[in-house]
Parts: sequence; C-alpha cells; structure tokens
Amino acid sequence: MKIGVLALQGAVREHCQAIRACGAEPVEIKYVDQLQEIDGLIIPGGESTTVGKLMVRHEMIEPLQRMGAEGFPVFGTCTGLILLAKDIHGSDQPRLGLMDMTVERNAFGRQIASFEMDLSIPEIGGPDFHAIFIRAPYISRVGPGVRVLAEYEGKILMARENNLLAAAFHPELTEDLRIHRYFLEIVSNYIK
Amino acid sequence: METGTVKVKRGLAEMLKGGVIMDVTTVEQAKIAEEAGAVAVMALERVPADIRAEGGVARMSDPEMILKIMDAVSIPVMAKARIGHFVEAQILEALEIDYIDESEVLTPADELYHINKHAFKVPFVCGARNLGEALRRIGEGAAMIRTKGEAGTGDVVEAVRHIRQVNEDIRRVVSASPEELMTIAKELGAPYELVLEVKELGRLPVVNFAAGGIATPADAALMMQLGCDGIFVGSGIFKSDNPYKRAKAIVEATAHYNDAKLLAKVSAGIGTAMRGMNIGAMKEEEKIAGRGW
Repeated sequence: MKIGVLALQGAVREHCQAIRACGAEPVEIKYVDQLQEIDGLIIPGGESTTVGKLMVRHEMIEPLQRMGAEGFPVFGTCTGLILLAKDIHGSDQPRLGLMDMTVERNAFGRQIASFEMDLSIPEIGGPDFHAIFIRAPYISRVGPGVRVLAEYEGKILMARENNLLAAAFHPELTEDLRIHRYFLEIVSNYIK
Repeated sequence: METGTVKVKRGLAEMLKGGVIMDVTTVEQAKIAEEAGAVAVMALERVPADIRAEGGVARMSDPEMILKIMDAVSIPVMAKARIGHFVEAQILEALEIDYIDESEVLTPADELYHINKHAFKVPFVCGARNLGEALRRIGEGAAMIRTKGEAGTGDVVEAVRHIRQVNEDIRRVVSASPEELMTIAKELGAPYELVLEVKELGRLPVVNFAAGGIATPADAALMMQLGCDGIFVGSGIFKSDNPYKRAKAIVEATAHYNDAKLLAKVSAGIGTAMRGMNIGAMKEEEKIAGRGW
C-alpha cells in the first residue's frame, strides 16, 4: 500500500516515519502527476496559507477535489484539516473544501497557548490518545454527513466524512500509531 | 492540558519545515511576505543590512510595531531579543510572540551567559556555527536552531560553512564508538546527553534552519540540499528591487530545492538581488557571527 504525504511544506518526515512503522510505503508528493501512484494521501501539519498557495501554483486543487469526491482517501492533520474544510472562518485562503464543516484557525490562541492533552477517541479503541495541539484549529460546525470522532468542551477536534479524515492535532509527533492505522484501514477498504 | 512543553515548543518548528521565514519591518512588508507564501515573519525595526550600515546599539524592536504586525497576519510572528537579555525575552513573551530569536544580529547584552530558555513558555531559536554551539543552545532550552551565517551581507559563504561544520560534527558523532562519545562531548563543549541523542537520531534533536546571507532562490535551494530544514531570509527580500517576486521565488525554491528545472524557472526575471558585501573582504571585527559562544 502506497501512502502519499503532501511534501510542499511542513511535518512530512514524521508522517513518513509513522506510515513506514505501520508497514506501508510512504511517498513524498510534490507534483500533481504523482497522485496517480498512491492509494491515499496525508496532508501534514504546516502553515495552511503556504501549503494552500503552493497547491494552487502547482495545480493540485482541482484534481484532488475530483479524486476526494470519488472516494480517494485523504487524511489532514492541523493544516490538512483546515485545507479539507469547506468553510474557514474569516478567511478566503485556497482550500480543497471537501468536508462539510467550518473551522476556526489558531482557535486556541497563539503559540504560547499550544498544549498537550489526553483525548478520548472511542473510534480508534484503547486508552485516551495523547494529542499535541500547535496553534491548532478546531471544527465549529459539521454537516449531516460528517461524524465527530473526538471533541473537548464543545470543540470538535477530529472528524470523518466517508473517505476523508481530519484531526486538529498532530498524531505524527507521538509514537502512538493508532490514528495512522485507522486511516490505513480506510485506504485498504478503498482499494478493495 | 499542559502548555509550554518541550514537545509543543519543538513542534511548532517542525511545522515550519520546508518553509521560508522572512524579516519584515512594516505591516505592508508582513502582508507581502504572507501573500508570497512565508511560513512565518520576523518582526524587526531594521533589517540586518541596515543595522550594519547604521551602527549603534541594536535592541529589541518597539512592542507597538511588533503588535501591529501580529495583528496584520495569520502566520506565526517571531521577534529578536539580545543575547542574554532575558528581560527583552520576558517582554516578548508578554506580547505573546510565537517565537523568540536570541540573536547575534542585535548587540549582545551579556558576554558570558545566554538566556535560560527553559524558563519561558514561548519557544526560542538560536544561531550556531557548529554542533557544540547548537547543543549548548539546546541544552539551555532552544527549540530550534539556525546557522548564524553572516547576517546582512547577502553573501551565503558563512551559512554554508556553518551547515557543513554541523554536518561534519554530526557524522563524527554518528560514527563514533560509545567510549569515544564523552571525549567528543568534551571537545565540542556540548552536553553529553545531547551528544547521545544526536548519535541515536543521526541529526540534531531540533529543527535546523539556514540563516545569514541568503539572497537568491539558488542560495535557498543550496542550503536545503546541504541538509537545512528551512530558510530564514533577512535583508535578502526587502533589500532587493522586487520583494514580492523574489519572496515568492524563494518560497518555491525552498519547497522544490531538488528540481533544477523549476529553480531555473523561478530564478528568471525576478529583478536584481540585494547588492550585498563580500565577506572575504571584511575585517574580522566587522563580522557578527562571533557574538555568543
């Protein structure tokens, strides 16, 4: 199974390591024609304005929108979550807009408010997941097709809409592979 | 819920990887930088080239100016404190700046000691010329390292020297046998535990950016190919004759540093780079990389 990691900017190395640790093959994606080689895509943490602009310059938005709508699995962490959202509060920045939800950027405050905490995610099984939030967004609204997988004090921190998965935190910065495995399951169902 | 941890401090730097951090002195410049695709901006009153030209004591920037830039952009904002000036750092933390650069570009406030960076919730980036210096700063709590280079010159030679030295030192640690490591730690002047960590990881335990003299897309790609995780551009953008085009080109070059065809394309028609000054012709006392230890 080949999992692409969008490698325009951000925490690419960490996602590649996690994918390898799960027994799949990571592929760094820098160009649109590489999308044909992979079974699923992770959009890593980074700066969402930077990554969005580079996706536009490299004409990746429309092909990915088409693929995502046809069932191709995409997992976004932090910046990836922002780029997957249909609505970004107060911003007209470029995005994929594949998931029917509204996100708030830098929603917990500036870097000084970045935090770690144990988060309950029943869908992935086992104990609470140690989640790292860095200038993190959260989801303030989800449409009827979007399933909430984790929330804290009314703020949605992880969600899924069919083949699309989004987390406001960084599972790539911890050793816990459960969320990457969960995404790989979505990918293997898609391949079948 | 825990804030200000080592993980979140180092984590923000991880998210900046593959990106360009640009020096800006006004709200307009900050907006141009963001529009061009910068991952963060460094808010300061004078870019290093002007600090060099004008002389005098260079200090932390006016908080009013920093706050205006923080209001104007959605990307992280960094600011500089003088080496050892922990009160400037406290003020920057009170402003809720996203990253503090304890920088040799400003006039040092302490000739013996750097800031104890563990005492802060806001993360720090520090300059280094070799592995020992990098690990001393990490030992003091730095969550990100950058080459010192020679700021404000537009000459990349010192940044190249510094990343090559760090790489060479890391190779030595990685290939050393366990009994050699304490002696290496002593020679580098580095904390032993961090030397062990470098051996295990095969790289620095934190993100390492290039800084000091980067003026063209080719300079940025050169530093990336030499193993840097991302790029700081100081005077190189807003001292050139078309800052927006140059900024955008450097962002592209940093993202696609291995793609010579793309580098050729983005290097074309972006106007004249900053004039710069040849470091080889400079006197030793004119260089600022020697500040700090």
